[in-house]
Amino acid sequence: MSDKRTVRFIISRQDTPDSAPYQEEFELDYRPNMNVISSLMEIRRNPVNAKGEATTPIAWDMNCLEEVCGACSMVINGRPRQSCSALVDQLEQPIRLEPMRTFPVVRDLQVDRSRMFDSLKRVKAWVPIDGTYDLGPGPRMPEKKRQWAYELSKCMTCGVCLEACPNVNSKSDFIGPQSLSQVRLFNAHPTGAMNKGERLETIMGDGGLANCGNSQNCVQSCPKGIPLTTSIAALNRDTSIQAFKNFFGSDQV
Amino acid sequence: MAGKQEFYWRRLHSLLGVIPVGLFLMQHLVVNHFATGGEESFNKAAHFMEQLPFRYFLEIFIIFLPLLFHAIYGLYIAFTAKNNIGQYGYFRNWMFMLQRVSGVITLIFVAWHVWETRIAAAFGADVNFQMMETILSSPFMLWFYLIGVISTTFHFANGLWSFFVSWGITVTPRSQVISTYITIGVFIALSIVGVRAILAFV
Repeated sequence: MSDKRTVRFIISRQDTPDSAPYQEEFELDYRPNMNVISSLMEIRRNPVNAKGEATTPIAWDMNCLEEVCGACSMVINGRPRQSCSALVDQLEQPIRLEPMRTFPVVRDLQVDRSRMFDSLKRVKAWVPIDGTYDLGPGPRMPEKKRQWAYELSKCMTCGVCLEACPNVNSKSDFIGPQSLSQVRLFNAHPTGAMNKGERLETIMGDGGLANCGNSQNCVQSCPKGIPLTTSIAALNRDTSIQAFKNFFGSDQV
Repeated sequence: MAGKQEFYWRRLHSLLGVIPVGLFLMQHLVVNHFATGGEESFNKAAHFMEQLPFRYFLEIFIIFLPLLFHAIYGLYIAFTAKNNIGQYGYFRNWMFMLQRVSGVITLIFVAWHVWETRIAAAFGADVNFQMMETILSSPFMLWFYLIGVISTTFHFANGLWSFFVSWGITVTPRSQVISTYITIGVFIALSIVGVRAILAFV
C-alpha cells in the first residue's frame, strides 16, 4: 500500500506519419484537478515512462484549453473528445490515449485535420460579401432564428463527429457531418442564402450528403451538442427539392 | 466532388427499396398468408398471381431489376461502412449495423429462394403448396426460411425508417422517434404475417 496516489496512462505513440504505432505507459503523481492536457504537460516536463526509461515528450495539439477551439481532440478511453476538458478524476484508469485515426497521424496524438477545412472551402461555408464596392447592410435576421443558428455556429471543427461516423473511413470519401451542418447554417443566413443552391449542388456531389447512413453517432458524440442529424435530415429535404428543381426545371437558386 | 452520380444512385437505392421492392414484399407475404387457410386456398391464390396479365413485364420491372440494383448497390454500401458498435453502442448505430447485416442475409435468402421457386418454375416445376411443404419439411430449411423472412421484414421496416430520413420527410428528432415506433410496428406485423405463412406449411 502506497500512500501516494498515482495516475496511469497508456499512450499510443507514433514517431512519423508512416511508422508503426506503439504503446508507452506513464505513471504520474496524482494532483487535484488534473486533466489530460495537464498530465501530458507533466510528462513533457519530465519525459520518463513507467519503466523509468527516458523517452521523448509526447506530441499533441492544443490551443484554447477551454473546449472551444477543437484542436486537442483525441481518443480517450475509446471515445473521441477534447483532452482539455477530460478530467482525470472522471476517467477510468489506466487512461488510454490514442490519436483520432480517421485523420492522418502526424506524430503521437497529433493529427492533421486539414480535410475538414478543405470541406468547408468546398461547400463555401461563409457569407460572400467581398466585392469592388460597398454592398450596404444585408437583410436582417430574425432574433429567434439567430438564436437557433447560433447553436449550429458552435462547431469548432474538432473532428469528433468524423471519428465517430462509421461511414467516414479509408474506403469512403464521405465529407462527414461537420461541413454538412455548416451548409445548413450558411443557407439559413439571409445573405448566405443567396448561394444556397450552389452549396446544395456541392453536397449533392460524390462523397457528399447521400453518404450518410443514419447511424447517428455524430449527434451523440458532438461535444457542442449540435443537432447534426437534424441538419442532415433538413439538408436531405432541401436537396430533394433541389433535385426536383434541377430535373423538372424551375429557378435553380 | 465532381461527379453527381452517387447522390442519384443513393436516392434511387433508397426509393427502390420501398417502391416497388417493399410493396412487392408486402404483397408476397400477404399472398403467402393464404396458406393458413389450407392447401386449396394457397394454391388458388398462387395460381391467381401466376395468371396475372403482363406477368413477365411485371416480374422484370417490378421485381427483378429493382431488386437486382438494390442488392448490388446495397452490397457496395454495406462493405464501405466500418462498423463501430463496440465503442458507440447507441440504438441507431445498432440499427445501422443490423441494416447491413440483414441486407446481406436477405440477399442470400432471396437468391436461394428465387432459385428454388421461380427459377425451378421456369424449368417446369409447379409452384404450389406441396412444393413449399417439401422444402420446409427439412428442419434446416425451416430455420433458413424463418431467419430469412424475419431478416427481410427487419431490413424493410428499418429501411423504411431511413427512407423517411433520406428523403427529408422526418427531419426533427421527435418525428424520427415516432417513425421508429411506427416502423417497429411494421416489422412486428409483417413478421407475424410471414412466420404464420411459413408455419402453415409445416
